[in-house]
Formats: sequence, structure tokens, C-alpha cells
Amino acid sequence: MKTYIAQRILYALVVMFLAATLVFFMLRAIPGDPVAAMLGAEATPQVVAQLRANLGLDKPFVIQYFYWLRNMAIAEMGVSIQNRQKVATLLVECLPRTLSIAFMALCISLLVSLPAGIISAVKRRSLADHSVTILAFIGLSMPNFWLGIMLILFLGVKLSWFPTIGYTPLSSGFAPWFKHIFLPSVAAGVPFAAVICRMTRSSLIEVLDELYIATARAKGLSEKVVVLKHALRNALIPIITVIGIAFSLLLVGVVVIEEVFAIQGMGRLLIRGIINRDFPVVQACILFIACTFVFANLFVDILYTIVNPKIRFESHER
Amino acid sequence: MSDKAPKRRRTTMSRLKNSISRDQKALIGVIVIIVEVFAAVFAPFVMPHDPDSQEYKMLASPSFKHLLGTDEFGRDLFSRIIAGARVSLVVGISSVVLAIMVGVPLGLVSGYFGGWVDILLQRIVDLIWSFPNLIIAVGMMAVLGPGLLNVIIAISVAYVDDFARISRSEVLSIREEEYVIAIRALGSNSLRVLVRHVLPNSMAPIIVVGTVSISYAILAESTLSFLGLGVRITTPTWGIILNGAREFFTTSWWLGIFPGLAIMVTVLSINFVGDWMRDFLDVKVREV
Repeated sequence: MKTYIAQRILYALVVMFLAATLVFFMLRAIPGDPVAAMLGAEATPQVVAQLRANLGLDKPFVIQYFYWLRNMAIAEMGVSIQNRQKVATLLVECLPRTLSIAFMALCISLLVSLPAGIISAVKRRSLADHSVTILAFIGLSMPNFWLGIMLILFLGVKLSWFPTIGYTPLSSGFAPWFKHIFLPSVAAGVPFAAVICRMTRSSLIEVLDELYIATARAKGLSEKVVVLKHALRNALIPIITVIGIAFSLLLVGVVVIEEVFAIQGMGRLLIRGIINRDFPVVQACILFIACTFVFANLFVDILYTIVNPKIRFESHER
Repeated sequence: MSDKAPKRRRTTMSRLKNSISRDQKALIGVIVIIVEVFAAVFAPFVMPHDPDSQEYKMLASPSFKHLLGTDEFGRDLFSRIIAGARVSLVVGISSVVLAIMVGVPLGLVSGYFGGWVDILLQRIVDLIWSFPNLIIAVGMMAVLGPGLLNVIIAISVAYVDDFARISRSEVLSIREEEYVIAIRALGSNSLRVLVRHVLPNSMAPIIVVGTVSISYAILAESTLSFLGLGVRITTPTWGIILNGAREFFTTSWWLGIFPGLAIMVTVLSINFVGDWMRDFLDVKVREV
């Protein structure tokens, strides 16, 4: 198991290195002069030259590349062109907001989708199953920014149950924090929840058809024990895999939804960065999001070894 | 031979008809898609008004004259949604076709030849995989700048890895089949084996994933446009309409609801059809 985990960690690091390389090339792939593109037409030659030096673009290509890797490794991400703040500072400011929404979205999604998927699988072809299936399809087909708008219109404006924009940090109390991130979390989590729900259903159905389940039932165990103890444990393995893959849906959802709810998080930082052609910010955000995704999957891989004894024992033999 | 071919085709067709009429969701999906494609192709004849004309009353609520109301510039919303269907379908289909055209050969070559070619190509695929799809598209748009063609390229890059993975895994299983070994032993060259024998046999999962990917590509386009990173703001697309009308949602509900419904109904229909195809072609592919 240890070798397996070590392998996965090594693999994640390699992917991160490749991602950093790709982001490095991204800035250089901009047609024409990236510095001129960032500063616009009115910039004086001195300003252009200074920014070029700041970004290290005046040095040979190979050296630029090594500088870039070193800087990323020590989290030295440069200075925002837009407001002259350090990119690292901006990221640290935005992070709690994005993480709050992502965490809450994950919790709400799993709390809704796992039970819904289980009910759907156990009561196959019932009214409940059909409704869950249709809802999951709709959830998967709705753009989450639009869902966010609808939530604002109905729960925010019409019923005024929730504030419609902005963020309050957790330090000023749980209730205001929760109220501000509840709607964004729901909007960001719905497609993710839909995927997990469908996966739970199909995975559980497959397991419930197996012989050992029939044995468990024949032993006279209650349906609750059969489903929740015997079946779910095996069904969980593909579900966890999909949680890892679908995590990108959640992450992207948060990025988009911050714009709708006017919450200054990573996503808004990234989108605004692109619109203002603030490339140090864009690079850092993209790399950070890729990093989060890769490490979320690493975490899932490790979780996998705990849930799935097959991997635990196979790697011992190696 | 010549009289056998049409007969076989007919049975496939009837099998298809039979299967789809038993799946209500897929049937609804197919009907919606056909109506939409028809409206998009014949848009100039179907649109009740000129989608760019600003001569009507601003922010008028839905009526017989303007079925879905008008927007903040006094443009007919229904006509703009039809014009948007054109863009959405074009972006959805062409970006997936582009992704297939690049990804499938990558996967085929990678799986068939193995060795260092495989290792190299797989690292590229891993690299694309390490970024969430929309983040790739967003990053590409940052580099390419706004525009319809750029949106298509940006979205297709995000899906290349999916098709490379699928076709590679198909090749790996087909490569060892006896008939392929026999053809190779008979002296067929690699290209011929790949194109004539391996590719047709790996079509089913590519078709299924391709169909579902069209729906995600449409979602991606609307999201990019909504964020202001997609097509130029003068192009009427569902995402652009929603973006432009943001300030008026609370007062003019139709501007918020109808473009979103258009996206949802389209994506939902394609997903229904994709789901049915998965069963019909008996393909096991991962969700997402």
C-alpha cells in the first residue's frame, strides 16, 4: 500500500510539473507581444521594457523557464499588473471564499446525492427512482450560472431568504457565513451531485444483483443491513473514483458561480484577470486550480486504498 | 451482394426505430433536436423578427407580437434565441468533431504502436486531463482572445484527451484479437490495419461519448460567453443574451428565464439521446 501511495504522490508531482510547464508556454503562446497586449496601446516604451524585465521576458527562453519553475516552487508568483499587489497576497485573500463555497458545495451535494442514489437503486423503477433520474438529468443539463441566477431571483429577491451577493467571513459568525455561501454552493454543486447520484444508482444496482447479496438476504438480514452494510461498501469503490473525476465539475462550478454572486474568490480573480489581460494573476490562478484538482484526485486515490482491499493487498505482492 | 446490402440496412433501421420508440426520454430528445436543427438551419425564415433590429419597445413583456418579449435594446428575444441556437449547435458540433479528429488518431497511434510514442502521447493526454475542462477552455480563450472560431478551438482542446483515452483503450483490446493479428500477418501495413479494421470497431464508444460531449460543449460555450470570454458580444448566443441582461433579471423575468431554458432543454435532449445510445450500442463508458 505504501508503494502505491508513494507512486501516486510521485505521479501527482510529475503532473504538476507538466502543468506548470504548460502554463509557462501559455503566456509565450499569445500571438504578438504579450507585454504590449497587457499594457495596451498607450504604454510608453520604458514601461513596456520595465514590465518585460519584471516578467523575466528579456532573458533567454531556457533561463526564463527555469526561473519560472523555481518561482512557482517557492510560490513567488509576481505582481498583478492591474493593481500592483503581489499575486500571492491576492490568492491568499481569495482562497477562504473559494474554499468555503467548494467545501459547502461538496457537503450539500454528497448529502443529497448519495441518499437519492441509494433510494433510486433500492426502489428501482418506482416513482421515486424515475423522479430522481429526471432530476439528475436536469441537474446535469443546467448551466450552473443560470441556476445561480434563478436561485437569486426566487430565494434571494422574491422570498428574500438569502442575501443575493457578497461574502461574509466565518470569523464574523457561522450563520452569516452560511447564509452567504448557501446559494452559491447549491448552484455550484448541482451538476456534481447529479453525476454522483447517477453513479451511486448504477453502481449499487450492479452490486445488488450479485450472489452474495442474495446470500445475505437468505440469511434473514434486514434489507437495511443488506443495502447499507453489505452492498454499499462494495458499491462505494466506483463512486469514490467518480467523485475524484467529477470534482473538476465542482471546481469549475465554483469558479463560474463566484461571478454570479459577486464573490471575490479565485474564479472571479481568474476571469477578471483574463478580461484585464493581467497575466501573472491568470497564470497563478490556472496553476492553482490545476493543483487543487490534481491533489483532490491524489486524495481520492489514497482514500481508494483504504476502501478497496484489492489494492491494499496487490501492492503488497509487488 | 448488391441485393443483400439494403436489406441489412433496413433491419438496422427498424431495430433503431424499435429501440427509440420504447425509450420515451430519447424520443422526446430526438424530436427536440430535430425541431431545433430545423429552426437553426432555416433561421431566416423561422425568426419572426430581425434578431439585431432595435426598433421595438424596450423590455416589453411576452405578447403575441413578441412571443418571449424584448430585451434591453428592444430586440425580439424569440428571434435572438433562434439565432443563438445556430451558434450553439455550430460550436457544439464542430468543437466535438475537431476534438475527435485530433484525439482519435492520437489514441489510435498511441495504443497501436506502444513504446515511447505511447509514453509521450499519454503524458500529453495526462497533462490536458490535469486541468478541468472549462479551465482549459478559459485559459485558451485568454491566449486566443474572443471570437467564434477561437471558442471552437478552445473547447475542442479541452475534449481531446477524452477521445484519445477512449480510442487508445479500444485499440489495446482490439489489437490482440485474432483477426487483426491475421491481417497483420498477411502483410497489411499499419495505417491500413488502423483505418480499415481497428477504427470501425472502436466507433461505438466514440459515438456515445461524442454525443454527450456535444451537450457539454454547448454548456461550455454558454458559460464562456456568459463570463465574457466567449464569442464577440455582438454575436447573439444564449450565454451572451444572459450576460447582457444581467441587470434586468429582477424587473424583466423573461430575459433571465428563456435563454437559460433554451440551453437546458437542448442539453437535456442531447443527454437523453446519448443515454439511449449507450444502451443501444451496448457501450460501457464512464460517466462525466
